[in-house]
Amino acid sequence: MNVAVAKTGKGRAVSDLFTSAEGRLPGSPAVIAARREAFETYERLGLPHRRIEEWKYTDLRALVGEVLPLAANPDAAALKRAADAVKAHAIAGARKLVLVDGAFVADLSDVKALASEVGFKTLGDTLAKDAGLLKTASSDAVIALNAAMATDGVVLSIADGTQLSAPIQIIHIATATSASAFTRSQVVIGKGARATIIESFVSAGATAYQINDAVIVSVGDNADVAHIRLMDDAPDAVNITSQFVTVGANTKVNFFNMTTGAAVSRLQGFITLAGEGSELSANGVNLLQKTEHGDTTLVVDHAVPNCVSREIFRAVLDDRAHSVFQGRIIVRPDAQKTDGKMMIRALLLSDEAEAYNKPELEIFADDVSCGHGATAGALDDSLLFYLKARGLPEKQAQALLIQAFVGEAIEQIADDDLREHVIGIAERWLERRQ
Amino acid sequence: MPAVQETVERVKRIDVDQYRYGFETLIESDKAPKGLSEDTVKFISEKKNEPAWMLQWRLEAYRRWLTMTEPTWARVDYPKIDFQDLYYYSAPKPKKTISSLDEIDPEILKTYEKLGIPLREVAMLEGVEPKPGDQDPARRKIAVDAVFDSVSVATTFQAELKKAGVIFMPISEAIREHPELVQKYLGSVVPTSDNFYATLNSAVFSDGSFVYVPPGVRCPMELSTYFRINERNTGQFERTLIIADKGSYVSYLEGCTAPQRDENQLHAAVVELVTHDDAEIKYSTVQNWYPGNSEGKGGIYNFVTKRGDCRGDRSKISWTQVETGSAITWKYPSCILRGDNSSGEFYSIAISNGYQQVDSGTKMIHLGKNTSSRIISKGIAAGKSQNTYRGLVTAHRKATGARNFTACDSLLIGDKCGAHTVPYIEAKNSSATFEHEATTSKISEDVLFYCVQRGLSQEEAVGLVVNGFVKDVLQQLPMEFAVEAQKLISISLEGSVG
Repeated sequence: MNVAVAKTGKGRAVSDLFTSAEGRLPGSPAVIAARREAFETYERLGLPHRRIEEWKYTDLRALVGEVLPLAANPDAAALKRAADAVKAHAIAGARKLVLVDGAFVADLSDVKALASEVGFKTLGDTLAKDAGLLKTASSDAVIALNAAMATDGVVLSIADGTQLSAPIQIIHIATATSASAFTRSQVVIGKGARATIIESFVSAGATAYQINDAVIVSVGDNADVAHIRLMDDAPDAVNITSQFVTVGANTKVNFFNMTTGAAVSRLQGFITLAGEGSELSANGVNLLQKTEHGDTTLVVDHAVPNCVSREIFRAVLDDRAHSVFQGRIIVRPDAQKTDGKMMIRALLLSDEAEAYNKPELEIFADDVSCGHGATAGALDDSLLFYLKARGLPEKQAQALLIQAFVGEAIEQIADDDLREHVIGIAERWLERRQ
Repeated sequence: MPAVQETVERVKRIDVDQYRYGFETLIESDKAPKGLSEDTVKFISEKKNEPAWMLQWRLEAYRRWLTMTEPTWARVDYPKIDFQDLYYYSAPKPKKTISSLDEIDPEILKTYEKLGIPLREVAMLEGVEPKPGDQDPARRKIAVDAVFDSVSVATTFQAELKKAGVIFMPISEAIREHPELVQKYLGSVVPTSDNFYATLNSAVFSDGSFVYVPPGVRCPMELSTYFRINERNTGQFERTLIIADKGSYVSYLEGCTAPQRDENQLHAAVVELVTHDDAEIKYSTVQNWYPGNSEGKGGIYNFVTKRGDCRGDRSKISWTQVETGSAITWKYPSCILRGDNSSGEFYSIAISNGYQQVDSGTKMIHLGKNTSSRIISKGIAAGKSQNTYRGLVTAHRKATGARNFTACDSLLIGDKCGAHTVPYIEAKNSSATFEHEATTSKISEDVLFYCVQRGLSQEEAVGLVVNGFVKDVLQQLPMEFAVEAQKLISISLEGSVG
């Protein structure tokens, strides 16, 4: 690999990033050694670029250029702003866990209420003992960077058979401008448990910041999980999130991602169906405008027989926005009777918007039924005409059609309240457009 | 699908290494020394009596090739090729000048006989006109430019083509006789710097076909070339260039078989098509090279660059391919839709059995306004093979009204094979409408049950379903090929279905 790239665009040596942050990174000496190793991996690879197939359409060297220095611990004023943001973005009835600029803030979180049902620790607590959480199977540079730099995160364990009485909402708040935050969280859901996890990404007055988040989820047999991610970062922010999900047998997983912010965003999910008889429904909507670049990359790995996966993704692109969807369904040699479907559609509202779709099938078993569909195009003129002929103004007619377009994905959210909440987000985005 | 006993036995009986066309013709040949250097390039150029500009062109390509690295992105796996361990030129030694069919080396004629290709049909070769009222389309005339190893040995129907103004000749002759055309078009679709194998081909290509159809001419017959790799350890570097001038039409057929070998043979061809305003080229391929034996040993490496350039408005290029052979296929016949209202088509059947690896697909690059393209790809994977569709559809900002429809279906036969789909869809224009669908499945139990219930054997039922599966593409083949292709499909899949 090209060693010369180890310098950033501004000529600062990349390793400064680590050395200057090292004092603040939690963990035992063994953990620090693991972090150093991960950072060396990142240094060797540099930021992903278009020559790396997985990042073909999201060239971070061109789009981001360099990784910003670590955000300082939030001060009183920052926490005050964060508290306001929590109020504005908290979902009614949910138990909150708040991370501000990559640091867990107990005062803003509902730790006590949570403790009755869920085992809770911070990443810092966990890393004092071992470095296990920093290890993932991926060789991706941004994931290695996350392992090296993660300052905090939440580590949740939901015991077997627990039926959570309220959803858990993890809120990431950025208050520091031109700084980066690295978080890594883990959620372990026990056998037969039922849980709803919401993740929110918001800005409390910060601009031009960078988020690098990693989430490691494991779902036990017979569990029922809803996982909603709402990414509404500042319009000039960068958000790169990596998720690793392992699913046990006979489970139901309902995942949804909503992107309405950030100049550059990428959600890369690696979902492994490791137990038979499970159902995965993974869906998402990217609403992009101006020069936003939104990337959803999802690898669904059918490792065992008799699983069902359904993916419905929609992207709406205005102005000069770019959307990327890369979906891969892998069916391993023994995963017979797999049923995998993926449907991705991009709606281009402007002549300068660009949509890149790459739906892949990688199939090594014969008794399967797999398929994908992908479309890209503008709004249907005849439908627009129909609505206009009935007296609706152009923008309103468009909004109605766009709502219907994204509705197909939003409908997949199983929880009624959350679905309504997401519909509200889409409506507000459309109102802003008008 | 659980293999029925009957199938298991058939697999044993009819194995892939019982390759029907595995024989070797012993003819003296004229070889370049092993290995690749500027001297090899000069040797080939000299052998061909090429003008200086051509040698210069080759040398430039060679020098560029030295700076390039082999592509590794395709889903194919093979031992590293030692490019210095190959012969880059091999031609049957001319015994005398050939002016008529009778004078052709009988050994070569025998080869064609074994292949069972239309060249064998003496009536056609002798140019016997079909009787009036004879409606059998298989008897329609075909002009065959037979490429035996690397030199075009016989070109038939020259006279009639000449009358129509169509130029159909080995490219080595065209370089000498029509330098202005060759210079203008060669490398204009696939530049010498295009990719590793295309660059290699540019440096060392031995021969191939050249077709020029003048304005307004509908080529009076199907043009056809049968390729055949014969010499041991010889890379075959074909170069084909077809130009359809304004308002013209030509249909070109290409078919291939190769003798059984232990060493892997490299084939890196380049095909360039150019259509001007209102012109149309239909290019059909049946590829049936040696796929390797039942342990995956031997077989042809087929690394081909095929590209068509719809340069003129309302022009059209249509690729149809039936890929059943080769150990490795790496092939993406593409269309650059440059002219307004131009259209591109890609119809493909790719069948892999044994240890074959296929990574094939197409690129549709929409540049002009209201351009349309259609991709129908049918992949059938059996045995221990890997079959990948890899395609790109892209509409550039100015390509308003671009339209694409893609359907790629894969059928899996047996639980040791793999079928993969890797489409890239890039819409850079809001008025572009792209639709893509892909499915992968095995043959439905219900359908089989239905057929068996009506008295078909399991094998017959599968045959029926497979035939139906590929029908959309088979229909696109010229009649002469359709029969042969159907035969090939059944040979390729024999014993693996059940």
